[in-house]
Amino acid sequence: MATASIPGPALTVEHVSKSFRTPVEAQHTLKERALHPFKARELRAFAALKDVSFTVAEGEFFGIVGRNGSGKSTLLKCLAGIYGIDEGQMFRRGRMATFIELGVGFNPDLAAYDNVVLNGIMMGLSPSEAKARYERVIAFAELEEFQDLKLKNYSSGMHVRLAFSVAIQVDADILLIDEVLAVGDAAFQQKCFDVFNRMRDEGRTILFVTHDMGTVNRFCHRAMLLDHGAMVAIGEPRMIGDRYLELNFTEKAQTHRRASTERIGDGRARIVDAWLEDHHGLRRTQFLSGTRNIFHAVVEFAETVEDPSLTVAFRNEHGHNVVIVSTLVEHCETGTFHPGDVAHFAVSFDNVFGPGRYEPLANLASGEGHELIDRWENQLSIMVRGLLASGGFVDVPNRWTIEQGAGLEIPPPFIEKSPA
Amino acid sequence: MATATLEPQVDRGEPIRGPSAVGGDFRRALTLTIAIARNDFKLRFFGSVLGYLWQLMRPLMLFGVLLVVFTQIVVVTDTEYFPVALLLGIVLFTFFAEATGNAVGCVMVRENLVRKIHFPRLVIPMAVVMVACFNLALNLVVVVVFALAFGIDPSWNWLGVIPLLLALIVFASGLAMLLSALYVRYRDVEPIWDVMLQVTFYASLILVPYEAIREKSETLASVLLANPLAAVIQETRHLLIDPSYVNVVRGIGGWALVLVPGALLVATFALGLRVFNREAPRIAEEL
Repeated sequence: MATASIPGPALTVEHVSKSFRTPVEAQHTLKERALHPFKARELRAFAALKDVSFTVAEGEFFGIVGRNGSGKSTLLKCLAGIYGIDEGQMFRRGRMATFIELGVGFNPDLAAYDNVVLNGIMMGLSPSEAKARYERVIAFAELEEFQDLKLKNYSSGMHVRLAFSVAIQVDADILLIDEVLAVGDAAFQQKCFDVFNRMRDEGRTILFVTHDMGTVNRFCHRAMLLDHGAMVAIGEPRMIGDRYLELNFTEKAQTHRRASTERIGDGRARIVDAWLEDHHGLRRTQFLSGTRNIFHAVVEFAETVEDPSLTVAFRNEHGHNVVIVSTLVEHCETGTFHPGDVAHFAVSFDNVFGPGRYEPLANLASGEGHELIDRWENQLSIMVRGLLASGGFVDVPNRWTIEQGAGLEIPPPFIEKSPA
Repeated sequence: MATATLEPQVDRGEPIRGPSAVGGDFRRALTLTIAIARNDFKLRFFGSVLGYLWQLMRPLMLFGVLLVVFTQIVVVTDTEYFPVALLLGIVLFTFFAEATGNAVGCVMVRENLVRKIHFPRLVIPMAVVMVACFNLALNLVVVVVFALAFGIDPSWNWLGVIPLLLALIVFASGLAMLLSALYVRYRDVEPIWDVMLQVTFYASLILVPYEAIREKSETLASVLLANPLAAVIQETRHLLIDPSYVNVVRGIGGWALVLVPGALLVATFALGLRVFNREAPRIAEEL
């Protein structure tokens, strides 16, 4: 019985696995090769993708997220047909175009025309189609005056503009885009994303590979998280973002544990332990934004120290001190400590951190903070999750009032009177 | 299952295939080959002021040197048409050396394309052969001018050269595919082929004509003709220059033995195609 076929997803990926064979290089000395010229090379298989399945609906802006080496670019190259897959099946409905790099195959010694036509043909246009589009490409790139120049005489900006306009002139229903596309200056990046947005609004299907969650949150309808070649999660961008942070967090925490650091400071005292507690008083490494947390430090004194100060800084992944709390700022007198004394410092604070990973760092000092006694760092890494992420460094509690209607009294602008 | 047939079929579109040599789309492969070869040729032409003249310089210089050595110092043969025969040999060998020699590392040179775009992989070595063909066509014009200057009259026999050249192109293509595919895995191919080309130059009856070798050893002369390149050069001389150049059938010792260079040629092409086809899906990863 013949049944009507209903349109399926734009892209179907079923149980795709892919491994690379890398030669074990150890035996490749000249002597070894001379002795065993025909010995089969030992190959080590590296599984780059493990049983990945997903579908992308027509008109969807789909993000693939993962850290370096998670297999996201490999997946894109498999979809593009650049790499063959070992197992599984992939289907596409419609014409597909890949943007892994701009201006692939551009030759610096040829003029714009030859490069544009060749690039168009490489992307799957017929020679006549490619030639017909040349005018449009040049116009979009705003390079009419420079079209007779060889490409090597173009500025890098002109080069990128040309490459980008070639790429977007190839009309495809499905676009595979690598994050490298979004490099370049901010203005160009914006232009790229404007075009992607326009394409999305035109109902084209876009697959976007990135390691930047911000981009995913801004553009994607749905996303997928890859780690070590396996699919970890698929769904709403925000959920994927949380999982991605968690993944980064555990990895980073492990590497830090290993790096036992030499301590800085004169050693008159030592911070022997420090930790963070959540609003329930439990020692944790994951916190919810908006709750009240407590930082604890236990200090052992080897010499007499008068009025030491403790400063705690929370650093984000970019190394910015997002929040600093200190006894110095609060003008607390901490008192005098003697050799053998053990002191317990605790400071509670409102967790206003934006979602992300932070590293607390504690400085014990004396003499208004100028004489460093001990520094405690690289020991702990915490993760903050937010119910509401504003996108700023911190999320502070805020309240809005909005009034509407005629006869509203707008206070007159305040003008400072000069003390004439 | 009975219920399964009632469900409407989901149209998932066409399967995505991995990289391959031709990829089922022969026209696209051809278009691309021509486009790449055209650009390459253009580059060499306009790269310097004298363009094509430089391209011609190498075979002509070699020709000049050899001509002086072998007519003024060592006399191998005293045939009237020796200079034309020498030039023809050099031009055909130049084509062969260019097509195969440039093919060796060609996939590596186009690494950027291979790793970033899905296209029929065979295009790369074929574009190299095509560029060599363009050069051959131009160089042959020089040969013809030279031949006419030597008082050789054009004849219908000249048309017989066309299938010979096609055979030579097929032979070079086979080697180009084989070498470019092997090079991806074994970098030793490059020095090996360099040496092989040198040997081929002396083994292809370019310098010392068949007739001169036959005077010393008839067997050696016949064995040398088993080399498809030598056979093509010899037969082209026979047709293009003078019938006094022994034709291959007679030179090798009968029709049956002509099958030897013929079979070698076909086998080389088949092997090249097979090896390239086998390697094509993984070329992007192995680079």
